[in-house]
Amino acid sequence: MGSTSKIPEILQHHEAELLSAWLQEITATSNRRGLLKEVELREECREFLSLFREAVRQNSTSTSDIQGIAWQEMRNLLTAISRSRSQKGFSPSETASFVFSFKQPLFEQLQRELAQDGQALVDNIWMATHLLDKLGLFTTEIYQKTREEVIRRQQEELMELSTPVVKLWDGVLALPIIGTLDSARTQVVMESLLQKIVETGSEVAIIDITGVPTVDTLTAQHLLKTITAARLMGADCIISGIRPQIAQTIVYLGVDLANVITKSSLADAFALALQRVGLKIVQRTQP
Amino acid sequence: MERPEVMSIQSSADVVLVRQAVRQCAVDLKFSLVDQTKLVTAASELARNTLDYGGGGTVTIETVDTGDRRGVRLTFADQGPGIPNLELALKDGYTTGGGLGMGLSGTKRLVNEFDIVSKVGEGTVVTIIKWK
Repeated sequence: MGSTSKIPEILQHHEAELLSAWLQEITATSNRRGLLKEVELREECREFLSLFREAVRQNSTSTSDIQGIAWQEMRNLLTAISRSRSQKGFSPSETASFVFSFKQPLFEQLQRELAQDGQALVDNIWMATHLLDKLGLFTTEIYQKTREEVIRRQQEELMELSTPVVKLWDGVLALPIIGTLDSARTQVVMESLLQKIVETGSEVAIIDITGVPTVDTLTAQHLLKTITAARLMGADCIISGIRPQIAQTIVYLGVDLANVITKSSLADAFALALQRVGLKIVQRTQP
Repeated sequence: MERPEVMSIQSSADVVLVRQAVRQCAVDLKFSLVDQTKLVTAASELARNTLDYGGGGTVTIETVDTGDRRGVRLTFADQGPGIPNLELALKDGYTTGGGLGMGLSGTKRLVNEFDIVSKVGEGTVVTIIKWK
């Protein structure tokens, strides 16, 4: 690229025109007008323009890298825009369109300015398209990262939510497990169960696996570990909610649950637990 | 669902997906609840082996129809280190990974046909069939 870029100059002189042409372009192509306030959008565009100008000016020779210092502010702006778009429910392409839609007004302006100098026009358009592509892709990356963060947070929340330890009676705890019992889950289950055993001084804990769809050897091992840990704390565990098909599968699998007290329903397990703590449920006699 | 279906096993989340796909396949073939559970459990064991010992791989889920009987065939393949001593690996209670050591041997008891081919340094392929 022989000549230095004309872009900063053009951006400076024609800021107002570019801005209104760009806004027009955005509102014409977007069908989400209601989600974004006109004022906000204008402000974002204006900021983008001035940062773009600054960055290109500082970096007028090497333009390929948008990870440099000169583009720091721009990256911050796009990160903020991308995040807010993602939260408002925009799709990734709609988010990236914010950057890409700037191409048309900019190219038209470049064409008007550099009509006589074909080579300079091509150079400048090439440079601009290169930069805008990168910036557009950058917004997509951020968009995806934002989504991933949301998913990760939800997973963590789900993990917390899905392992409640409830007190059924004085000295009797119940731990209904729903879903897959993987290693991370087991860790949370075990921690919350042991913690609750200490807090309540419980002697019996019922682990209900009615909601566990598959009991394989790993699940069984996790259960056994939890039971052993509880036993070390002085509490006995009863496993309840073993369905017929699970029982048969465990037998074929060869997992040894002989040392564990198991009951088919939570009600049975509760009755046994009450017996263990010296209580009995009796029918009320009529007065 | 289209069959045969190839699924990749690269994380424990994939193991959950494999279980779901296999269960769906068994439901489509109208397996009994017990057979469904056995097949899904077998799939779960093998998928986890593929992930933990094979360093990830693939599973192919397909239905087989010989005219007089129908079933599900699952093929787990990985390019992991392979199993040096198959006889030992198939023994109850033998494990190199700190598990219960029941996975392979238990799986064999859960299905009708079980075939394992393993070459040290090249990988392992486990094929199981559960007939309806």
